[in-house]
Amino acid sequence: MSVTGVEGEERSNYTRAESRQIRARSLRLLGSLVRPVRGRIVVTMIVIVVSIALQVAGPALIALGINQGLPALLDSNDWMPVSLTVAAYLFTAIAGASLIALYQVMSARLSQAILLDLRKRVFLHTQRLSLEFHESYTSGRIIARQTSDLDSIRELLDSGLNQLVSGLIYMGFTAAALVLLDPTSGLVLAASLIPLLLLTRWFQVRSQKLFRQTRVASARLIVHFVETMTGIRAVKAFRKEPRNATQFAGHVEDYRHANARVIQLFGIFDPGLVLIGNVTVAAALVVGAFRVVEGELLIGTLLAVVLYTRRFFDPAEEMAMFYNSYQSAAAALEKISGVLEEKPSVPDPTTPIDLWKAKGAVHFDRVRFAYNPETVVLPELELSIPAGQTIALVGTTGAGKSTLAKLIARFYDPTEGAVTLDGVDLRKMHPKDLRRAIVMVTQEAYLFSGTVADNIALGNPEASREQIEAAAKAVGAHDFIVSLPQGYETDVNKRGGRVSAGQRQLISFARAFLADPTVLILDEATASLDIPSERLVQRGLQTLLADRTAVIIAHRLSTVAIADRVLVMEHGRIIEDGTPAELIAGTGKFAQLHAAWRESLV
Amino acid sequence: MSTTASPPAGHPAPPAPPRMSTARALARILPYAKPAMPWIYAGMVAALLAGVIALAIPLVLQSLVDGPLATGDPSQIWPAAIAVLVLGILEAVFIALRRFFVLTPGTHIEARMRNGLYAQLQDLPVAFHDRWQSGQLLSRAVSDLNLIRRWLSFGFVLLIVNGITIVIGFVVLFSWSLWLGLLFFVMSVPLWIYGYLFEQKYSVIARRAQDQQGDLATAVEESVHGIRVLKAFGRGKHSLLKFAEQAELLRATEIDKAKAIAGIWFWLVLIPDVAFALCLLGGVALAANGELSVGELFAFFATATVLRFPIESIGFLLAMTYDTRAATDRFFEVMDEVNTITDPAAPVSIEAPTGRLTFENVVFRYQDAPADQPGILDGVTLELEPGETMALVGVTGSGKTTMTALATRLYDVTEGRVLLDGVDIRDLTREELRRHIAMAFEDATLFSASVRDNVLLGRPDLTEDPSAEAAAEAERVLAEALDIAQADFVHSLPDGVDTTVGEEGLSLSGGQRQRLALARAVAANPAVLVLDDPLSALDVDTEALVEAALRRVLATTTGLIVAHRPSTVQMADRVALLQQGRITDVGTHSELLKRNEHYRYVISSLEDEELAAAERADRDLKLAEQEGRRRDAIDREARVIDSASDGPRGEVAR
Ligand SMILES: Nc1ncnc2c1ncn2[C@@H]1O[C@H](COP(=O)(O)OP(=O)(O)OP(=O)(O)O)[C@@H](O)[C@H]1O
Ligand SMILES: Nc1ncnc2c1ncn2[C@@H]1O[C@H](COP(=O)(O)OP(=O)(O)OP(=O)(O)O)[C@@H](O)[C@H]1O
Ligand SMILES: [Mg+2]
Ligand SMILES: [Mg+2]
Repeated sequence: MSVTGVEGEERSNYTRAESRQIRARSLRLLGSLVRPVRGRIVVTMIVIVVSIALQVAGPALIALGINQGLPALLDSNDWMPVSLTVAAYLFTAIAGASLIALYQVMSARLSQAILLDLRKRVFLHTQRLSLEFHESYTSGRIIARQTSDLDSIRELLDSGLNQLVSGLIYMGFTAAALVLLDPTSGLVLAASLIPLLLLTRWFQVRSQKLFRQTRVASARLIVHFVETMTGIRAVKAFRKEPRNATQFAGHVEDYRHANARVIQLFGIFDPGLVLIGNVTVAAALVVGAFRVVEGELLIGTLLAVVLYTRRFFDPAEEMAMFYNSYQSAAAALEKISGVLEEKPSVPDPTTPIDLWKAKGAVHFDRVRFAYNPETVVLPELELSIPAGQTIALVGTTGAGKSTLAKLIARFYDPTEGAVTLDGVDLRKMHPKDLRRAIVMVTQEAYLFSGTVADNIALGNPEASREQIEAAAKAVGAHDFIVSLPQGYETDVNKRGGRVSAGQRQLISFARAFLADPTVLILDEATASLDIPSERLVQRGLQTLLADRTAVIIAHRLSTVAIADRVLVMEHGRIIEDGTPAELIAGTGKFAQLHAAWRESLV
Repeated sequence: MSTTASPPAGHPAPPAPPRMSTARALARILPYAKPAMPWIYAGMVAALLAGVIALAIPLVLQSLVDGPLATGDPSQIWPAAIAVLVLGILEAVFIALRRFFVLTPGTHIEARMRNGLYAQLQDLPVAFHDRWQSGQLLSRAVSDLNLIRRWLSFGFVLLIVNGITIVIGFVVLFSWSLWLGLLFFVMSVPLWIYGYLFEQKYSVIARRAQDQQGDLATAVEESVHGIRVLKAFGRGKHSLLKFAEQAELLRATEIDKAKAIAGIWFWLVLIPDVAFALCLLGGVALAANGELSVGELFAFFATATVLRFPIESIGFLLAMTYDTRAATDRFFEVMDEVNTITDPAAPVSIEAPTGRLTFENVVFRYQDAPADQPGILDGVTLELEPGETMALVGVTGSGKTTMTALATRLYDVTEGRVLLDGVDIRDLTREELRRHIAMAFEDATLFSASVRDNVLLGRPDLTEDPSAEAAAEAERVLAEALDIAQADFVHSLPDGVDTTVGEEGLSLSGGQRQRLALARAVAANPAVLVLDDPLSALDVDTEALVEAALRRVLATTTGLIVAHRPSTVQMADRVALLQQGRITDVGTHSELLKRNEHYRYVISSLEDEELAAAERADRDLKLAEQEGRRRDAIDREARVIDSASDGPRGEVAR
């Protein structure tokens, strides 16, 4: 089994090699995220180093005050040493605090920059990935990757990184100050590092696996949640609520359990660190106290030693928390890097061929296509559509009409053979040219939340309001749009729930109209329209399609009237091909269909 | 495209002006936390003990410095060191206990809240879901609840404990030296002031950040669900731009947040340090005067050092608390939402429904419709006899789908009543109502489950029953429903009826999905079948087969079928014409064709002359004469109705 891309994502029993492979790719991703901002990281580091140095100076100054200032005051009533110490302390306090505040803002800018970069990358990459990927990975999972997984990375960057950097540096400085003050105590501290490292390693190994499980569990939860909310009407109508609640409770419990286990692990790790710290303090005390008694160590120095040792472990809790969020983010990063590693199965060409002005001749050159190896949808398709021809594609449901259309729009690439536009293989065409030349209105009329105008403008973001309205008028959508509460500025709600099914289709139609492509593919684009609207649309189409290539898939044979040529499909093959008149006059499938259809009319 | 982040469409108005105090707002979590509260208190006690022990360590140090070290007696060093060690171990133990007590119960609280939210969301009416952005719901269910859990088991405990530690610490400081203690205390006053100001500033930003996160989640969700459209138009980059815009907004807010935190952080770090400096000055002076022993001075600073972390921590703990407050508010915005479509207090039950469905003067207005405009439905009256099949015909956007949604209370009527067997459907439980009336929607939603589970979705009585008879019956119902919907293609799927379809399974063609949705409605074996344009994605042949099969079902079941095509209408016994929010005519297809011009306009795909020709050809010659005379009369009548109520669309076509 491989773990490349998102494969094996839900497993948690990776072998060592797999684990390494996954870690390597998420580190690569991390590296590429950090690289553009490394300059700022350095500056931020400097700020924090200085600020911590200032803070760390505190105990030393107190020791100085007690060791030097107090005797001076006692012996010669000399206020100078103590005042100087205090002044120095005040200075370090103000400077230290200012720098800390500065650092806080700088690091926020830094982490937000990284986060923004990552967000955009994942977003763009999922847009690039082909439908094949989306269909198998499910929308819920991609949403989980882009929300809850990114959340845990944000958590790390937000507070965690802060803690790590300041904690590490703080510890470093404290240790250095301790060694300078009293090297013997430094040795005690050094000895304490051994159990510290062992404990950390133990936590790392154990928590990694558990954190992976939390990511998987949270993704499942989100998948279920999104599916329920998307299909809420059907959920209600078919009384799925109690069954859903049970299922969801199962996901919630899995997630909770995974979380609880991670937390329990941390519940051992964190007090473990405190324990090591306290034992070290006791040890430093013993080592120091005997020397004080023997007069080898000043009492002020012992004070400083103990304070430093304790302070050294002060950030331990924060560091532990950092490590915790790091592990959590690492698990998330692993999943995200998996998505980013996915190669689009419909890749952009490396050396694209430009086709500025397409004429619109589409050719299927011995195309074979299968969604999955078991079932071939199009066994062998040879089809040539001259530029400017309007084709009506009819056939039984599941025959492969939409599939054929999707191949022209390059939602998928053929398994064998090639689809060409003006003789250029779609795989080699510049994606921009391709999308400008070929537009498809899909069977599902999806609207985005936002205004009606925005939704139409998706066809051509540069379009002016006049152009948008003209497009709406051309398909007969203008009338209903202006009767909406805010006309073109009405929010259509999520998935266009604010407008009726037919109105959704009209809007997606207007969208295609506005895009003004050379090749237009309409997949059941009028199925939900009433007959008068359909008639209006067809009138619009007749003008629109005059000089364009078009493939119209429709079960209502009324469309055939505007077609130059009819293709009848069955089981992935074209069984009839001819002008409408020829086919109707013949005795084939289409003649039969047409007769039946005529009969069904009033 | 979702563009407007402010004010995002999905946001309800923020809670009414008199803002609850943060404590009160957070206290609303209590009901969910109740079972865990003893644990949380135990955790606090453990944490407090840990804090007290941390404070006790300096006491031992003081006795060490003033005792053996001052007198040079090494024999006392060991006991003191051992005391420090024991205390140190105890501190670790109590920290471990705190985690043990608090954390697992914390996850239970989170789980309980999440299940509660989900249940509420499933319960809330469709109108609520129309109004709310999906990403806003998702971010509430995931990020917000996460935050609340972390705060409960970490922030809240530490806030209380550190607060108490600080108080105890001050007491100890006072006991070392009144003056130094006082100095330290006075110095901390600006902190409280700043802390107060901080809340004002930070809470607003925290809320904004979370809302923007929800918007971002919405954008993500739409970009994924609408991927086909985005691909079809090659607008991936374009949607990235919009997404990036929103992400930038969030970034700006997060940086504002950091600035606010930086402000309080500054004071929290500065003030203890300044206090330290002044205490050093004062301490040395006091020690010089002999009012303070060196050991006491030592202990004073050791204590003060222990207090540093709790004081500094107040900064992020407060920030976290305000974040949590915003999250809690957001959570309760959904939980407080009043469900307008609920079960009656004393539900009526219909034992054996005959399927008489009556719309009585039904007026319906969508929530965002201005009150002065007539509703989408404006006085609909229609009666479906038991066993009758009624087609519902009307132009696009006339309110057909809306009307079907009223029958199962996906929305409630604004005025008037819908009756099932003479019982107002609001007097039935929703469960019962939806058992009696099954629907097929115009967009076929399948869930991620096997074909079997999808089709038998409306039959929990069979699928949840483990007995063999139920299983056999389920198989029979499944086979029959698939047969009626002509969905035999499922047998050629990889695992037959056990193939997973829906998002997490195999993708099907449009017509295949629609047939499964139809099978699902039929399998529910309801008294009333409501089918919204159920054959729109089927080809002529399949459509004819499905129609023939459906006729068998509809012979005994009441049916309300939304239809755009004459072929579908022909399944019906009678046709109701929806026009301008009213049912303007009811009759058989041929009756309406003859007498109602608007009906002809809506349903006929033939041009007028063609229509006339077809009719002429269709008609038996002898009948034609009689009919012709009658038709003239009816037409005159219909024209009167039409000219009174015909819409602008009608005008245009004429
Ligand atoms: N994404 C997919 N993955 C796997 N199989 C698919 C996918 N989409 C469609 N199929 C299968 O491929 C076959 C052809 O589907 P297609 O959508 O092309 O049919 P169609 O002719 O458009 O039918 P309809 O008229 O119902 O829309 C069907 O059997 C369908 O189940
Ligand atoms: N959730 C909603 N909020 C506000 N208005 C809505 C909502 N849903 C639909 N409408 C409006 O109500 C009207 C009726 O919509 P409905 O979906 O019932 O039409 P329909 O008759 O089913 O049309 P179609 O034949 O296109 O499906 C439309 O004008 C639409 O804009
Ligand atoms: Mg199709
Ligand atoms: Mg509708």
